[in-house]
Amino acid sequence: MPIKIIMPSLSPTMSDGKIGKWLKKEGDTIKAGDILAEIETDKATMEYESTEEGILGKILVPSGTEGVLVNSLIAVILEDGETEADIQSFVSKFASNSVVEPSSSTESVVPVQSISVSNNNAPVDSSSFNFEIDNERTYYSQNMEEPDYSQAPLKTLTVREALNEAMCEEMEKDTDVFLMGEEVADYQGAYKVSQGMLQKFGKDRVRDTPITEYGFTGLAVGAAMGGLKPIVEYMTFNFSLQALDHIINSSAKTLYMSGGDVTNSIVFRGINGGGSRVAAQHSQCLASWYAHVPGLKVVAPYSASDAKGLLKSAIQDPNPVVVLEHEVLYGKSFEVPDVTNYVLPIGKAKIEKAGTDVTIVSFSLGVYWSMLAAEELEKEGISVEVVNLRTLRPLDIHTILTSVAKTNRLVTVEEGWAYSGIGSEIASIVMEHAFDYLDAPLVRVCGKDVPMPYAANLEKHTFPSVEDVCKAVKKVCYK
Amino acid sequence: MSKANIKFTKIEAERIYYEMLLARKFEEKCAALYAEGKIAGFCHLYIGQEAVAIGFNHIKLPQDTHITSYRCHAHALIQGKIPAKNLMAELTGRATGCSKGKGGSMHIYSKENGFFGGNGIVGAQIPLGAGLAFAHKHKKDNGVSFSYMGDGALPQGQVYEAFNLASLWKLPAVFIVENNEYSMGTPLNKTHANTNLVVRGEPFGIPGEVVDGMDILDVIEKGTRAVEHARSGKGPYFLEVKTYRYRGHSMSDPQKYRTKDEVENIRQNKDPIDHFATYALSNKLLTEEIMKEISNRVKIEVRESEEFALDSKEPDISETYTDIIL
Repeated sequence: MPIKIIMPSLSPTMSDGKIGKWLKKEGDTIKAGDILAEIETDKATMEYESTEEGILGKILVPSGTEGVLVNSLIAVILEDGETEADIQSFVSKFASNSVVEPSSSTESVVPVQSISVSNNNAPVDSSSFNFEIDNERTYYSQNMEEPDYSQAPLKTLTVREALNEAMCEEMEKDTDVFLMGEEVADYQGAYKVSQGMLQKFGKDRVRDTPITEYGFTGLAVGAAMGGLKPIVEYMTFNFSLQALDHIINSSAKTLYMSGGDVTNSIVFRGINGGGSRVAAQHSQCLASWYAHVPGLKVVAPYSASDAKGLLKSAIQDPNPVVVLEHEVLYGKSFEVPDVTNYVLPIGKAKIEKAGTDVTIVSFSLGVYWSMLAAEELEKEGISVEVVNLRTLRPLDIHTILTSVAKTNRLVTVEEGWAYSGIGSEIASIVMEHAFDYLDAPLVRVCGKDVPMPYAANLEKHTFPSVEDVCKAVKKVCYK
Repeated sequence: MSKANIKFTKIEAERIYYEMLLARKFEEKCAALYAEGKIAGFCHLYIGQEAVAIGFNHIKLPQDTHITSYRCHAHALIQGKIPAKNLMAELTGRATGCSKGKGGSMHIYSKENGFFGGNGIVGAQIPLGAGLAFAHKHKKDNGVSFSYMGDGALPQGQVYEAFNLASLWKLPAVFIVENNEYSMGTPLNKTHANTNLVVRGEPFGIPGEVVDGMDILDVIEKGTRAVEHARSGKGPYFLEVKTYRYRGHSMSDPQKYRTKDEVENIRQNKDPIDHFATYALSNKLLTEEIMKEISNRVKIEVRESEEFALDSKEPDISETYTDIIL
C-alpha cells in the first residue's frame, strides 16, 4: 500500500501551515532522512524530513499553498511495484478517513460531595445548612476528626520549646528524619529552636548548611525523593524565595508529574511574617504564596499546642508540608497535652474561642490579635467566635462556614497584603457557599499594602492592630 | 582501566548495541509521531548522544540513582528500564503512560529503578541529584547518584551550590555534562566565558575529566574511574562528555544556528552507534547476522510501542484530581 505523507505538526502551537517549496519532485527516489519540503509554521520555516523510503508518487498540495491543515494528506510515496492506479484508490480511501479521530475517552462527571454541616459548639439548625462542594477544589479539606485530648494532663511550653520537642520526638523515632539549615547545629539555631539537638543527634542529623537556599532546598528535596525525611529550616521564610523553584516545581509537583510514582516527604519550616524593625526584605507574610500551590500542605501554628501537634504531623506526613512559624510567638507560653505522639490533623481548624455575634477567622499571630480584640469586645457586649485556621492548605471550610452560619458576620485577620490574600479566598468561599447566611459584607483586616517600613511609627501603622480588628468587628455588626 | 583493557562479553556487546539502537529508533518514531500531531508540546530528542546514557548504564550498580534534564527519553528507556510502550503511551498522553499521561516528554520517572526524571527546569536536577547522593550516604547503601545536564545548564548558579554542598559533605555523586555544543540554539562560546568546561568542578575540589561522548568505550573507561572515586567515599567527580545532537533542540527548532554540513559530517564520521558496531565487528563480538536480528527486534519493539500507545485510551477526566496529595 502506498505511504501517506501528511502535513506535519512542527511546533506545539501549529494548526496549519504553508508548503513553502517542495524539494523533491514526482518520480524522485526518496530515502529516509531526505528533505521533502520546506514548511512554514507559525514560528519558522522548517525542513520536513522523510522517515519513509520509496518513489514520490504524487504531490497533492503544490508549493506555495497556505493554510494547509496539520494531518491532511499532501503527497504519496509509492513502494516497489506500485503504480498510478494505486495512488488513485489510496487517495480516495484516505480522504474518507482524513477527519481527525475524536478523543478516545468520554468525559466523566466529577463526583459531587454533599456535606451537611453540624456544629459542636453552639446550637445551629444544621439541617438547613446543606451545601454542595465539588471535588475539583483539591484544597478543601475533608471533614476530619481531631483526637480527643480533653482528658490528657497538660504541661506548659513556649512555642519554641514545643517545636523543639516535636522535632526531637520524631528524630528519636525515625532515623530517616534529619534537620538541616543555616546555624541549626553549632550556633544552636538562629532563633534557638534547635537548641541542644546537635548534642542529642550528632552532626550528620543536625546539619549546618552554607547560605545557599536554592542549593540546599534542592538537595533536601532530592534526599526526600531518595527516601529520607528532611526538615529544612529557613532562618526566615523570606529567604525561601531563593528556593521557590524547588519548593514548587521540584517538591510540590513531582507526585503529580510522575503519576503517583515519586513521593517526597519533607518539611519546610521557619519564621514567617513580620519581624521587629527589620524592614521590608525581612518582614513579610508568604502564607498566600504557598497556600496557592496544589501539592503542598501549609500550616501556620498559633499556640504551643498547635506548634507541637502540627509539626509532628508535618514530619510524619508523606507530602511536602510548609510550616509557617512566627518569631513574635516563639517566646509565648501555652498549655500542651502531655501525651505520647501528640499530633493534630492537618486540615482541621480550631474554635479558639466560642461566641455568637461575629466570627473572626485568622491564623498565626493574627489569632493572638484576634483573641485580644475578642476580650475587648466582650466588654462592650459583643460575643466573638475566633476560628484559628491552623492549616491554610487544605482549608477547613466546614469549620469556617459552620461558624458563619451561626454568627452571620465575618472578619478575617492576617498580616499579609490584602490582594489575593488568605482573607480574599475565605471571602470567595463564603460568597460561594454561605451568601444567604451573611447579614453584613465581610471585612478583611490585613497588613497595609506597602513594603514594610523601618521607622517605628510607620511599622506600627503598617501591621494590623487589635484596634483595627475591633473596628472591623463593629463595622460588620453595624455598631 | 584503560580502553585497551575494556573487555565485553558477546552478551554485553549485544545488549549495548540493542540499547543504543532502541534509543535511536524509538526517538525517530517520536519525531514521526510528533509530525502527525500524536505527540505534542515539547519533545527534545537525544539522537546522536546515545553512547552517554548507554555507556553509564553499563557501569552502574542496581542501587544507583539517576536524574537528568528534559532530554530524558534514552535515560528513561535504558536506566529507568521503562518499557518502550509505556514511554510512548506517556508521550502520546495516554492512561497507560508511565506517568498516567500527566507528565509528558519531560517528566518520566521510575522510582523502582532509581530513575528520578526528567526535569523541565534547566539545572534544577543537579541539587536534586546531590540530594539523592545524600540519601545514599545516609542509608549507607553504597550507591552512587548520576546527575546529567547539558552544557546549557552550567551557567546556572544552583549547579555550583550543589557542587559546593556535594564536595563539602563528600557525597557519592557523579556530575555529567553532556556537552552537545549548543545551549538550545546558542553556541558554547556565546554562553560561557570559559569554554573549557572540565575545570568547573576544580574550585570545589571536584576532579574533572574530558570524555569522548561519541565513543562508548571512552565513556565506560572514564565513567568507571569517576564512579569508583565516588563510591569509595572520596566525594563527587565531574565529567565533561563531548557529544552532539543531530536533531534540533526541540521539534520546533529550524536550526538556523548551524550548517547542514556540520551535522552531516558528524553523522557520517562520528556516529556513536556506527562506531560501536565497527568495534564490535572487528573484535568478533557481533556479527552482521546478529546485528540484523537485533535491528529487527528493535523495529518490532518500536512498532509495538506505537500501536500500544495509539490503541490506549486517554486518561479519565477524574484523573485530573488524583496524585496531588497522598
